Amino acid sequence: MKKHTLSVMVENEPGVLSRVSGLFSGRGFNIYSLNVAPTLEKGVSLMTIVAEGDDQIIEQIVKQLRKLVPTIKVKDLTEMKSVEREMVLIKVNAEDSKRAEILRIVDIFRCKVVDVSVDELTIEVTGDQGKIGALTSLLTRFGIKEIARTGNVALQRSMQIDL
Amino acid sequence: MKLTGAQILLKCLEKEGVDVMFGFPGGAVIDIYDEIPKSSVEHILARHEQGAIHAADGYARATGQVGVCLVTSGPGATNTVTGIATAYMDSIPVVILTGQVPRALIGNDAFQEVDIVGITRPCTKHNYLVQDIEELAVTVKQAFYLARSGRPGPVLVDLPKDVMQQIGEFHYPETVEMRSYNPTQKPHVGQIRKVMKLLKKAKRPLIYSGGGVITSGSHEELTWLARNLRMPVTSTLMGLGAFPGDDELFLGMLGMHGTFAANMAVNNCDLLLAVGARFDDRVTGKVDTFAPKATIIHIDVDPTSIQKNVSVHVPLVADCKSALAALKVESEASLDDHDWKEDHREWVDQVQAWGKEHPLTYKDDDVVIKPQYVVEKIYEITKGDAIIATEVGQNQMWAAQFYKYTKPNTLLTSGGLGTMGFGFPAAMGAQRAFRDKLVIDIAGDGSIQMCIQEMMTVVCNKLPVKIVILNNGYLGMVRQWQELFYDKNYCETCLDAQPDFVKLAEAYGAVGFRVTEKKDVESTLREAFAVDKPVIVDIRVAREENVYPMVPAGASLTEMLLV
Repeated sequence: MKKHTLSVMVENEPGVLSRVSGLFSGRGFNIYSLNVAPTLEKGVSLMTIVAEGDDQIIEQIVKQLRKLVPTIKVKDLTEMKSVEREMVLIKVNAEDSKRAEILRIVDIFRCKVVDVSVDELTIEVTGDQGKIGALTSLLTRFGIKEIARTGNVALQRSMQIDL
Repeated sequence: MKLTGAQILLKCLEKEGVDVMFGFPGGAVIDIYDEIPKSSVEHILARHEQGAIHAADGYARATGQVGVCLVTSGPGATNTVTGIATAYMDSIPVVILTGQVPRALIGNDAFQEVDIVGITRPCTKHNYLVQDIEELAVTVKQAFYLARSGRPGPVLVDLPKDVMQQIGEFHYPETVEMRSYNPTQKPHVGQIRKVMKLLKKAKRPLIYSGGGVITSGSHEELTWLARNLRMPVTSTLMGLGAFPGDDELFLGMLGMHGTFAANMAVNNCDLLLAVGARFDDRVTGKVDTFAPKATIIHIDVDPTSIQKNVSVHVPLVADCKSALAALKVESEASLDDHDWKEDHREWVDQVQAWGKEHPLTYKDDDVVIKPQYVVEKIYEITKGDAIIATEVGQNQMWAAQFYKYTKPNTLLTSGGLGTMGFGFPAAMGAQRAFRDKLVIDIAGDGSIQMCIQEMMTVVCNKLPVKIVILNNGYLGMVRQWQELFYDKNYCETCLDAQPDFVKLAEAYGAVGFRVTEKKDVESTLREAFAVDKPVIVDIRVAREENVYPMVPAGASLTEMLLV
């Protein structure tokens, strides 16, 4: 079982999200995250779907997505060089005694503090799964009160070489 | 020209060449019904929306054209869902027009409102809610195009009542432009050559032909290839009729109730050419042991069918017709220098020997009427020149096994979904398409009661469908499973309380016959088939007859229970 990031370009028409999500639930595929928003092209939306499965299942998912009538293009970004990012908002316990340490971590990870109160900080972080995983595990010991994640967004790299 | 939505809809149907639709009116579609008398499109009033959708489906299966069904919102729409799923599983082109409450009321739980687009999303090829009269003509055009192109299927168009009342300009688009939908048609040349190479190398090739051969109209290409390259053919239930059932190279159906020869051939072939078939679990049995010695080539227009259940060696995404035609062209040149007949002689002899070793058979009886005997008689009397519809269960399997289909589009059966109640209304749709043909529904006493109300439709529309009930007083297929795998616990499968089918036929104004003795089977069938009216023939058959061969669910194809 491996996570694959799929970039799915669709006609931005009513029900298209439901067609995609229904495909996953109806066929028993696992969806890890899904992000969707309009592109610059009129009437076209881009979905970034992270799905889990073995090769045969991922192949079926890609084909089934292509088969949906409003689907324009499907790319499995895991099979090519791509940039993947997720944005996460984390509200963490931050009493006076812990605050300095948390701010140091924020600094190291190059994140931003976007809200602050007497005993909490809200941190905005952008990065790939590795960075976000590392940050959340570091912050866990302070007590993460809430977390909101966008799910991955991704684009194929223009040059398919290792940078 | 300014027209109402309802007028535009009917103009679109005329442009699409629709001559008949099956439907049932209601509040949300009165505006459409108001225009029907002024249109060239005939409407046949079913007695239940399920009957209407199955009839449209039967019409499509028999003609290869798109079937059309018109129903109202809410319950009218939901009653078509079983029929839509039936058409979807078997890739049948149907356009379903459903009424919807006026746009302002959508989402308000209005009277007879249901989100039919949401409900049918997973069982249609695509569906639409028409939001404005400006979109209407384009949507209908797309719906027909989607229904019949690529891998065909049902397409639903939901029509709010006030859109049908809106006034707009009518332009019917000449062509369809959809950047997101381009079904692959032509086969990849490299793959065709690769297949040809494999065919030449194969010593024990087998064609596994499915419904896609019929849908794409490639039965002639298939037959040519099989005969000239001397390759035996086995068929799925959906594919019966694509290759002549009386040909010496035909092995019969494969799978759970397939023939000994077909299943043995699958198990021993060194090359399996799957055409327009989808490796359904009823066909493969245990997947791991399916065609273990074969290089598998899979031709299908739908890429999702390929590598879904069985991993194949050579995928070939294309419309079956163009793929088989390309193979024909490639192989024509080889006929002179490659002795196909000699190459496959041993193999053909072997599969034919299997056929003789365990032919399709049953223990006949002098007194009790065996259901298989009835189907054989139907075949004899009609000489195979009839359209046969079936219900679902034992009747369906016997109809598949003991009637030889020699032409495509002559067996109408719910293969994928297995919908009881399908056969009779489907026969009605086929009879409307071919008024002069003999159309027979081979039914069971359970299934026939699921859409029996359409008796009124066939009587008043003078559609002389013949229903032959193989009446065993059981839900026979479930009873068979209970007998074989559930210690004969015949829970809720005994239907010995049943209507008098003869009187029932008469009550509707049709003709009824009952046969209780074997000697009367043939004469009564002949008499029934000669009547120019709808007929029910109630034949009391052996109650606990089983369908054999049978591969238990999940077992390998070679683990057949034989007679």
